Amino acid sequence: MRRGRLVRRHGLFTRVWHWVNLACLVILLMSGLQIFNAHPSLYWGNDSTFDAPALQITAVRGDDGAPMGIVRIAGYRIDTTGVLGLSRHNGELDQRAFPSWATLPGPQWLAMGRYWHFAAAWIFGPLLLAYLAYTLISPTRRRLIWPTAAQWRALPATIAHHARLKFDHGADYNGLQKLTYLLVLFGLLPLMVLTGLTMSPTMNAAWPWLLDVFGGRQSARTLHFIFAFALVAFFVIHLVLVLISGVRNNLRSMITGRYRIGSDTAPAKDNRHA
Amino acid sequence: MRDAKLILPDPKRRRLITGLGALGASAALTGCDSLSRNDRFQTWLGATDRLTRAAQRLVSSRESLAREFSERDIAPTMRANGSTNPSNANYKRHVANDFADWRLRIDGLAREPADLSIDDLKAMPARTQITRHDCVEGWSCIAKWTGAVLGDVLDRVRPTSAARFVVFHCADNIYGGPVKYYESIDMVEAYHPQTLLAYGLNDDRLPVANGAPLRLRAERQLGYKMAKYVMRLELVDSFATIQGGNGGYWEDRGYEWWAGI
Repeated sequence: MRRGRLVRRHGLFTRVWHWVNLACLVILLMSGLQIFNAHPSLYWGNDSTFDAPALQITAVRGDDGAPMGIVRIAGYRIDTTGVLGLSRHNGELDQRAFPSWATLPGPQWLAMGRYWHFAAAWIFGPLLLAYLAYTLISPTRRRLIWPTAAQWRALPATIAHHARLKFDHGADYNGLQKLTYLLVLFGLLPLMVLTGLTMSPTMNAAWPWLLDVFGGRQSARTLHFIFAFALVAFFVIHLVLVLISGVRNNLRSMITGRYRIGSDTAPAKDNRHA
Repeated sequence: MRDAKLILPDPKRRRLITGLGALGASAALTGCDSLSRNDRFQTWLGATDRLTRAAQRLVSSRESLAREFSERDIAPTMRANGSTNPSNANYKRHVANDFADWRLRIDGLAREPADLSIDDLKAMPARTQITRHDCVEGWSCIAKWTGAVLGDVLDRVRPTSAARFVVFHCADNIYGGPVKYYESIDMVEAYHPQTLLAYGLNDDRLPVANGAPLRLRAERQLGYKMAKYVMRLELVDSFATIQGGNGGYWEDRGYEWWAGI
C-alpha cells in the first residue's frame, strides 16, 4: 500500500541519544517526584512562605471525618483522593503527594531518590550539551531542525493541517515539527538543567546569576516542576503523534535510521507545508 | 571512604519495599527498587556524590560567596528542624545554667587544643550575614546569623598539616535515638569566609530550637551539614572510625557527604 522510498533520517548519535535520553528522563521524572514528596509545596521567590504556598499537595480530614487527598492551588482546593495527597500503598491509604507507582523508589525514601536523580542527571546533562553542540555545528542537523523561509510562512497552514490529524511523510521535518523540537531541545531541556542547578547552594555561590535569572531558589524549584510537566505534556503529544502518523515507520526511523517518505494523505505535488 | 551498604532505608521502609513486590507493581518499577537495594549499584550511585563534589569544586572558587540578603528578606521565623529541644540531662543542665560553664572543646589534630566559652567566642571578630538556609527536603528560609568565623577559631588551635576534616560533635540525641548528632566538613568549607560558629540569630541569642548555644553555618551546603548544639570540634584526617564512618548522622543513613546540591 505504501510506496515511496526509504531515506536515512536519523544519524547514529541522534538515535542513541533519543533512547538514552528517554531512560534518563523517565528516571529523572520519577525520582524528582520522590524528592518533591519530601516537601510537597511550591513557592515563589527566594525562600518558602510556609503559610502561603503557591501549590500544595497534602491530606486533610474531610467534612465526614474521613481523610482526603487535596491539591491547593491559587485559592482553590481540589479533591484528589486516591492519586495526589492520599493514595493506596500495599492496599493501605498512605499520605503522600505523588503515589508510589509514580515515584522512584516507590516507598518514601528521599536519600535514594536523590541518588537516582543525580546519577541520571550526570548522564543526561553532558549528553544534552554534546547533542546541542552537534546540532549547532553539523550543517545537516542545522538544516534538519531550523525551519526554511517557506516553512515559516506556511506555519499557520501546517498547524491547521495537523489539527485535522493529517500528516505528510516528507524527507524533511515540517515547520511545526522543527519549531517543537527547537523549543524542547534549546528551551525546555536546558531550562530543566539550569533550574535544577539553581537549587544547589554551591552553584548559587559559583554562579550567582542563576538566582537573578530565575528569581530565587524557590522560584527555580517551582519552574523546575512546571518545566518537568511541560516535558510530560510534550512526551504525551509526541507519543500520540508517533502512534497515529505511522508507528512502524516512525519507530524504524529512530532505531535503524531509515524512514519511508511519500505521503498517503497528501499528493506529492502538494507543497503547502513546504 | 563511604560504606555503600549504609545507603539503606530503616527496617520499616525496608518492609515497605519488600511489600511493593507483593503488590505486583510493574516489573520495571520493582526492578528499580531492587536495584536501589543492591550493594554494587549503590556503590555506583555513590560515585556520583564524588563526581558532583569534584565538578562543583571546579566551578566554584574557595572564596565564592553565598548570596547575602537584606533585612527585609528575613523570614518571620527561622524554621527549626531536626532536634528542637534536646532532652538529655547534660544539655538540660546547660540550659538551666544559661550555658555559663558550657565550653567548646577543640581537639584532635591541633597543636594547641582549647576549651572556649561563649564569651571567648564573642570576644573574637564577629561576622553577621543574612543568608538562605536550604533544607534537603526542598524548602528555604532566610535569617540573620552572627558568629565567630570558623577559620579564625581554627587558627587559634593551629591545626596540623594532617588535618583534613572538622568533625562537629553535638549535644542532641536526634529523635531521642541512642546516638548523638554529628557532622563534618573539609578544610576548604571550614576556612570559607562565611563559615561561622553562630551564637546569634536575628539580632538575638541563638534560641534552643535553632541550636543554642552554638551552631555551624556552612552557607554553600544543605541544612543537614549545619550541626546544632555543637559541643566539640575534632580535627581529623579521616572520619572512618567515627560512628557509622560516613562523616555525619544523615550520611550514616544514606545521605550524601557532599551536600552542595
